[in-house]
Amino acid sequence: MNGAAFIVIAISTLAAALAAATLRKLMHAALSFAVALVGVAAFFFLLGAEFVGLALVFIYIGAVAVLIVFTILLTRRDTGKDHGFNWAGAIIAVAVFGGLMWAILKTQSLVIVAPHTPALTVKRIGVALMTTYVWPLQCVGLLLTAALIGALILVLEEKQ
Amino acid sequence: MNSWVVAYLWWIPAAPFAASLVILSLSNARRKSAAALAVAGQALALAMSMVAFAVSMQAPGFRAVQNFTWFTFGEQALRLGFVLDPLAAAMLVMIALVGLCIFVFSIGYMAEDKNFTRFFAYLSFFSGAMLGLVIANSLLLLFIFWELVGLASYLLIGFWIQKPSAAAAAKKAFITTRIGDMGLFLGMLWLYGRSGTLLFYDGGNGCLESASFAILGASTTFIALLIFCGAAGKSGQFPLHVWLPDAMEGPTPVSALIHAATMVAAGVFLVARVYPLFSLGAINGVTSSLTVVVWIGITTALMAALIAIAQPDIKRILAYSTVSQLGLMMVSLGVGGVAAGILHLLAHGFFKALLFLGAGSVIHGCHGEQDIRKMGGLGRLMPVTFVTYAIGMMALSGVPFFFSGGWTKEEILHSTANWPRSHLPYYLMLAGVILTALYMTRQMIYVFFGKPRVAAERAHESPRGMTMPLIVLALGAILLSVVLTPAWPWLHDYLVGEPVHFEFGRLIQPMLFISLVLVGAGIAVGFWMYRKAGLPDRGRPAEVDPLEYAQPALFRFLANKIWIDELYDRTVIAFSWMAARLSDWMDRYFWDGLVRGLGGLGQLVGIFTTSIDEHGINAGVDETTAGTRGLGRLMSAAHSGQIQTYLGAVAIGMLALLLLYAWLA
Amino acid sequence: MTPTLQVFLLVSAALFSIGLLAALSRRHAIFILIGIEMMLAAANLNFIAFWRFGGEHQPPIGVIIALFSIAIAAAEAAVGLAMVIAVYRHYRTTNVDQFDRLHG
Repeated sequence: MNGAAFIVIAISTLAAALAAATLRKLMHAALSFAVALVGVAAFFFLLGAEFVGLALVFIYIGAVAVLIVFTILLTRRDTGKDHGFNWAGAIIAVAVFGGLMWAILKTQSLVIVAPHTPALTVKRIGVALMTTYVWPLQCVGLLLTAALIGALILVLEEKQ
Repeated sequence: MNSWVVAYLWWIPAAPFAASLVILSLSNARRKSAAALAVAGQALALAMSMVAFAVSMQAPGFRAVQNFTWFTFGEQALRLGFVLDPLAAAMLVMIALVGLCIFVFSIGYMAEDKNFTRFFAYLSFFSGAMLGLVIANSLLLLFIFWELVGLASYLLIGFWIQKPSAAAAAKKAFITTRIGDMGLFLGMLWLYGRSGTLLFYDGGNGCLESASFAILGASTTFIALLIFCGAAGKSGQFPLHVWLPDAMEGPTPVSALIHAATMVAAGVFLVARVYPLFSLGAINGVTSSLTVVVWIGITTALMAALIAIAQPDIKRILAYSTVSQLGLMMVSLGVGGVAAGILHLLAHGFFKALLFLGAGSVIHGCHGEQDIRKMGGLGRLMPVTFVTYAIGMMALSGVPFFFSGGWTKEEILHSTANWPRSHLPYYLMLAGVILTALYMTRQMIYVFFGKPRVAAERAHESPRGMTMPLIVLALGAILLSVVLTPAWPWLHDYLVGEPVHFEFGRLIQPMLFISLVLVGAGIAVGFWMYRKAGLPDRGRPAEVDPLEYAQPALFRFLANKIWIDELYDRTVIAFSWMAARLSDWMDRYFWDGLVRGLGGLGQLVGIFTTSIDEHGINAGVDETTAGTRGLGRLMSAAHSGQIQTYLGAVAIGMLALLLLYAWLA
Repeated sequence: MTPTLQVFLLVSAALFSIGLLAALSRRHAIFILIGIEMMLAAANLNFIAFWRFGGEHQPPIGVIIALFSIAIAAAEAAVGLAMVIAVYRHYRTTNVDQFDRLHG
């Protein structure tokens, strides 16, 4: 695992995330969010979970980010206005960050190097999904269907 | 013996059930798809039943079972199963075929109804439940389908729920059969308690096989009688027959389905299915439980035939004739003629469905009129209905040679004549034969002969969709007799599992002439008595029944159904009223007094404690309440409706947990 | 230098906190959704990291959970955005400060 690659990815991911959280224009923030997700996907590649990384790119950047952009367009009349910033939330977020940092840095057993493992093939994931995890898989399918129908019903024009 | 077909047997009831579910999800306007689905489901069931029937013919005494474990509790496993044997296969084909005819007929008959789709959903459900019942290889599974049949009949009898009489009839059918089912349920529990299995056939270990007979012993008689309670309720045997005539409140196709193919057949079928329990320990073919079956059956048969003579409603006459015929089947089972009883059940399925659908066609033609005294002369106006109805009537009356009902009735008479215990049932049955011919002739004359009266003036023949099923059923009623004749008793030998043999000499038997003479006498007397029906005759007004004019008291007695409903009103229902009154009184005065006394005691204690309460505890409680209220106000303020506040609170909570964990570690 | 599990967790914690920041302090409903998605992505990063640094012959549980989590997050995003649109139609605003019909 390459340290330099890690540092580059970490910095760009966190910078994009911070931009997504703080930029004034919603559209810019949404695009930064997509960039941050590319960074997370890069982390997945780095960790040897290429399949999940690809899934993340397809689902988040291909679908969710596009969905967000569409929603921004559909509610455009309101997006021009600045809704302001809540500093109390920022304080809580910083406090949580501090707490997590402290907990992670204090735990010595986390300072370990990745063992050498055989590559995780898509076949292994597929076999696991279709045998041990077949019921959760079905449930997720059901959930997605329900979410799809639910989302459609929510956005249907109300009859007068 | 096993066979591949039995593993797929459950598909037969599954087809109508699936159709029913799909139809229920359709909107009310999808009439065509609903009818098509119901007919398709039933046709599929019929095709599969034919296959099962063909498979079951491959060897005499064929029986294939498929058992599976439903669930396990502790050491015991509750097992269910399906069975295919000649009894089940013959019933399957009859139910599916008659059901299909009724379905097709219903399309025309119910065309005007606004709940058309719901009707077909219920019909399919009914048929599916009945098909499941006949292939069940476990008393429990049979009971499940049995209750489903009961539910379906409740829904269908009360289909025109806006009519109070229909709702009441549905309730009556449900409650009356439930009384019998209680017996069946107790019998089932008892059987399970003794033998530890409810499977009928299980490779020698089922409750109908030799292994369990050794354990059952003397309790078998009681178990059999309790099971017979259920059968009597379903098959309308005395004293639980009262629901059957009232069930006429349902639409006519439903009456046909209940009376021919499904509901009432279930009781006879049940007795035939568990027949080894009835006949266990028989001496000369007689056991006490079977004797009870015979006497109940013959009472029912004769009583219903008498009542039928004095009924004015076309459907009620048929209803009582069903009760009477079921009584005959029970007698046949009771005297040992299981095959004869089942044969009559199958033949009856065809011609009774035919008669009911014919009656439906008549009612349809007369614009909803059901009173036979207002009909007349329909023979010319509705020729197809007339001819098919006449075939059904002759089959029911037991005219020999050409009609299936004649041969099966013959078999029953044979079995009954050879019953060693008593000859009385045989003679009573001969009387029943005359009566049957008589009341059917009366009905024919009133409906189809003479001059058209009030309701028949604008009558018309029913559309082709309704007459086709009539023709099919009429052909069935005639053609079935080919395999029923004593010369070539194919169906009989198939049922009892013997190789078929042909012997022309057996065709002519002395008993045949007796019944020929009796049926002829019945029809002749009918024609003579009712030749002027519907016309004024020697001081008798036109609307008065000839029998009523001659014997008013007797007629009133019969027309009021021998006052059995009234008897129940005065006894069973009055008793439950009394019991309710008594409970009410006890509740009001006795128990209430007791409670009041206890209450007074409590009050006394209360007076003591109040003083302590007022001064000691109250003050503390008041303070706590004030505190709670203040806290509530505080909490309510936190519920700002702002989601970000909530999320922030969650984050702070997480932080707090982290700190707590760190502090503890 | 080879990154240890610790630094992955630190990055993930930072990403989570930034997501929380977006969800807590921005007034626009879409920002809250973006923040939540970011927090979910951080959690997924944790799953993958723990799986990678775990034993040698583990079944790919972390990966499977991450996959399910992505699917559920996608469902959540779809429903959430649909709700934003529905609420916008109703109130003509996407400012969550003004959604307070549920206040106690």
